[in-house]
Amino acid sequence: MPVISIVVELLDKPGQLLNTLEPISKGGGNILSIIHQRDKITPLKRVPVEISFSVEDQKDAMRIIEKIKERGVIVKSYNELRLLATTAVMLVGHIVKTDLSDTINRIDSTGFAEVVDMEMSMPELNKPSTAMITISATGQDKLDEALDILREICKAKNLLLVEPINEEL
Amino acid sequence: MDDNMINIAIFGFGAVGQGVAEVLHRKKELIEGFIGRYRVVAITDSKGSLTDEKGLNLMEAIDIKKNKGFIGMKTLEVIEKVDFDVAIETTPTNVHSGEPGLTHIVKSMEKNANVITSNKGPLVTDFKKLVKLAEKKGVRFMYEATVGGAMPIIKLAKNDLAGNDVRVIKGVLNGTCNYILTRMEKEKMTYSQVLSEAQELKIAEADPSYDVEGIDSAAKLVILANSIMQMNASFEDVEITGITRITPESFEVAGSKNYTIRLIAEANRKKGFLKVSPRLVPRHHPLAIEGTMNAALIRTDLAGDIVVMGKGAGKYETASAIVSDLIEVYREMRE
Repeated sequence: MPVISIVVELLDKPGQLLNTLEPISKGGGNILSIIHQRDKITPLKRVPVEISFSVEDQKDAMRIIEKIKERGVIVKSYNELRLLATTAVMLVGHIVKTDLSDTINRIDSTGFAEVVDMEMSMPELNKPSTAMITISATGQDKLDEALDILREICKAKNLLLVEPINEEL
Repeated sequence: MDDNMINIAIFGFGAVGQGVAEVLHRKKELIEGFIGRYRVVAITDSKGSLTDEKGLNLMEAIDIKKNKGFIGMKTLEVIEKVDFDVAIETTPTNVHSGEPGLTHIVKSMEKNANVITSNKGPLVTDFKKLVKLAEKKGVRFMYEATVGGAMPIIKLAKNDLAGNDVRVIKGVLNGTCNYILTRMEKEKMTYSQVLSEAQELKIAEADPSYDVEGIDSAAKLVILANSIMQMNASFEDVEITGITRITPESFEVAGSKNYTIRLIAEANRKKGFLKVSPRLVPRHHPLAIEGTMNAALIRTDLAGDIVVMGKGAGKYETASAIVSDLIEVYREMRE
């Protein structure tokens, strides 16, 4: 689930924000944060506002941005939000048999974390396989939360979870 | 009895006990230069003992142990009947009961003897009780040899890092596991193949579960948590996962991302957890050590991160830790 961050320029008057938020929620977006950048008021006295939201896929995001523009709001920039915290973990065991896509979905469906990369090795049928997955999240605390979920999943599915040592010297 | 003479008793005469005896014999002049005159008045094993209040011939004692075996008084009787100033306890570890070392240590302290041990069991089961008893009796209780063999860590934290709060310890504390993981990675061998090789080389025991299931690492972690992190930990607090499920493919996949896999024991005081588990370790990380080495990263408030590494086991390596404890106890007393 991509997280989109847009910066819109709004007149400093009541009701302005709604023109932006309505298209997001109607378009299926989930608003994560709204930050008024009052220190960056433009020469025309517009306030930049950074809004982050998650959507099902990139196409929905583009549709939402078009709707916002149709309402006369200036969309200064938009980009897929850099996921802030990333870690690699390894799973060893009967990864496929225990429904790998379910394992990944349960991370992706959190809305704040997703599996961004995976490398797998399956030696033989019925032998334990290994997957190295990279998880990104919107912040360190969210990443920890995602790892907690993964620990529970691995316990339930009897997979060995090899966590990183988390130490850069 | 000669007041300036240090009378030593050695309980347990396997590889470690014999290593200590040999070093006490071979390096007598050097050690006496630090602590003054000493002699070993009793050596015991599970079968019997040798005693001589005038001092045993240590090389002869090793010979007797090898060829005939000990007979006579058992350890408890020796503790009761022989006068000694310091007990060196090197009997085998039992992390659940602490015995027989626990009783040996308690009885020795009650006789006002200092105690130096390489036996993890009593420290895992009864750390607080033993520290209190030592305080009450005014004797020293030293246990550098219980963690990391020759690798200095307990005295390092207590002496050289005095004044620091130790916040996190992460370590490779079991040489057998580290050897197995290193070989699996290098030779692409399976866990069971490497295990039999390690058993043949006497790096792993016939019953390897104590090492490979992470029990030994957990015991050492509990000792570190209690002795240098004030965590009041018990063995049951440690979440333990061993290395038996790691596959050669695990290393291939980890390697593609520049990681290796090591069994890491971690004590984290802030988060309040104790954990032994295989972890992904970046290849350049100081804990990504190879072979039977031990290493530990000590995170402190003032000194930052300190990393130590060294031989984690072995006859002379463990004797090194015991002899350094002996020197510390009596050098201070002498000064």
